[in-house]
Amino acid sequence: MEVIESGIGELFQSPDPDGFREFVRTKKNTGMVDKLMSEHDAVARFVNDGDYIGTELYGTVRAPMSLVRELVRQGKKHLRVAGQGIHEIDLMLAADLVDTLDITYVAWEVYGISACLRRAVESGRVRTADWSNGGITWRFKAAAMGVPFIPVRSMLGTDTFKYSAAKVVKDPFTGHPICLIPALFMDVGLIHVHRADKYGNCQVEGISGFAQEMARACKRLIVSAEEIIPTDEIRKYPERTAIPYYLVDAVVEAKYGSHPGEMCYRYWRDGEHLQQFLKDSKDTDKVKAYLDKWVYGCKNHAEYVALVGTGRLTQLEAEIGGR
Amino acid sequence: MAGYNETEFLICLASKLMEDKTTAFVGTGIPMLAAALAKRLHAPELVSIFEFGGTGASLEELPLGVGDSRTFHKAVAASGICDMMETAQRGFIEYGFLGGAQIDAYGNLNTTVIGKYWPPKVRLPGSGGANDVGSHCWRTIIIMRQHDVKRFVPEVDFVTTPGYLSGPGAREAAGLPPGTGPYRVVTNLALMDFEPESKRMRLIAVHPGVTKEQVIEGTGFELLVADKVGTNPEPTEQELKLLREEIDPEGYYI
Repeated sequence: MEVIESGIGELFQSPDPDGFREFVRTKKNTGMVDKLMSEHDAVARFVNDGDYIGTELYGTVRAPMSLVRELVRQGKKHLRVAGQGIHEIDLMLAADLVDTLDITYVAWEVYGISACLRRAVESGRVRTADWSNGGITWRFKAAAMGVPFIPVRSMLGTDTFKYSAAKVVKDPFTGHPICLIPALFMDVGLIHVHRADKYGNCQVEGISGFAQEMARACKRLIVSAEEIIPTDEIRKYPERTAIPYYLVDAVVEAKYGSHPGEMCYRYWRDGEHLQQFLKDSKDTDKVKAYLDKWVYGCKNHAEYVALVGTGRLTQLEAEIGGR
Repeated sequence: MAGYNETEFLICLASKLMEDKTTAFVGTGIPMLAAALAKRLHAPELVSIFEFGGTGASLEELPLGVGDSRTFHKAVAASGICDMMETAQRGFIEYGFLGGAQIDAYGNLNTTVIGKYWPPKVRLPGSGGANDVGSHCWRTIIIMRQHDVKRFVPEVDFVTTPGYLSGPGAREAAGLPPGTGPYRVVTNLALMDFEPESKRMRLIAVHPGVTKEQVIEGTGFELLVADKVGTNPEPTEQELKLLREEIDPEGYYI
């Protein structure tokens, strides 16, 4: 296949489908094993300094916030991150844990842009490669398919392509230029779901975001769940299993695990908390104070929940829309 | 008529651009309000598509992000981002909404960096779904809230999302789907299209009280001007009432 153009962006994680297969064969446990553990143990056991990390969905919506707070608490360093995010990415950037970012979008939607991202990238502390949102998710999908790349019609003709690590080739079937994006096999994925059993079979309500692709694209997967349910319930509705147990390495019970983001049908976003963080994040001392109070100042998720307070959480539960 | 602000004007104008029984890829902010207004007035069967998986939401309550639970409230489907992007790539999505920090004469948009790529003077959010929307939707509508020479520039610092790239034929030569591209640009001053031969931005209508000269002065590149420049309709009482009382009563956006 003729390569017409190569993106000049750095490839922070090279596609290695055979290495992934080997890892699956030798390291993954396909037995039904009880994987329930604390967020401390899950992060301590399955995340290493220098790992390539992905989180799903994003910052204000079904994000694995309790796991990210634990990651920051343990100070895992030199992380390489797939950056589709808001609050979760900001926390990692604010704590200076990130070396490189495959970025598609890091900002605060309706609330504004990310001061943490600006400081980290404009100072040259964090290196970036850019991708479209479709592009980065299709990179997960390629990994989930077990192939080294997939062809897409995004990013063509733009600087988003130029500063990515994609390639444009002449499609051998139609003769037209097509963009090949490299599979993104991650070391660790963090995903928050509505329900899981102790083995790691997971159910998600509402939109699935990119949970299914990410769960299948990482070597190790930590799942947190609003609720732990019996396996009989899973077996009664097998079509609801978005992530089967064998993909999962750790299951952490975390009611309100997406706070201050929302969890559909359970609780609405904590807009005040989010906007206060965004305001504080513009000042390095204030963002440090935020981390001291809400992350380092809490031993675990239970203490965080207590700090937010039952009154506030009950109110957010009342504010979420029904079906 | 008196008593409306620029944002309300933009929303009403963008809303009128969408036809009934079509699909629209909707992003955060003005596009959400425009789609919600269109559904309540002339386009009840407009189907909203949200990037993270919501298809055909009721839009009774205004979403605050492209993945929040309101993007699939009473929807016909709740899937995921691959499904939505692949739906656009297969040609099912008519309209896409885009915005940016900078735009050029061919409708190329920058939402990535100001200055050089790395380390940049200002790091902006990045593409998000914009590059995909601008690549695959048939007709993209670009909303720019401030029409001035800082934003309407001869050359954008970074082409995040493709407009007509370097001109006629450039999208097809790059491998983008034929027949796609920017359709309209809506600003606080005027409405523009793209002249079919040159693919350059062209003024087609001004807002009431705005002159052609004002729009030309606010544009940092040579703006084509249509033979007949119309005047955009002001928001109606009904549109304003719906926007203020039903669509955004908390005033998140307006």
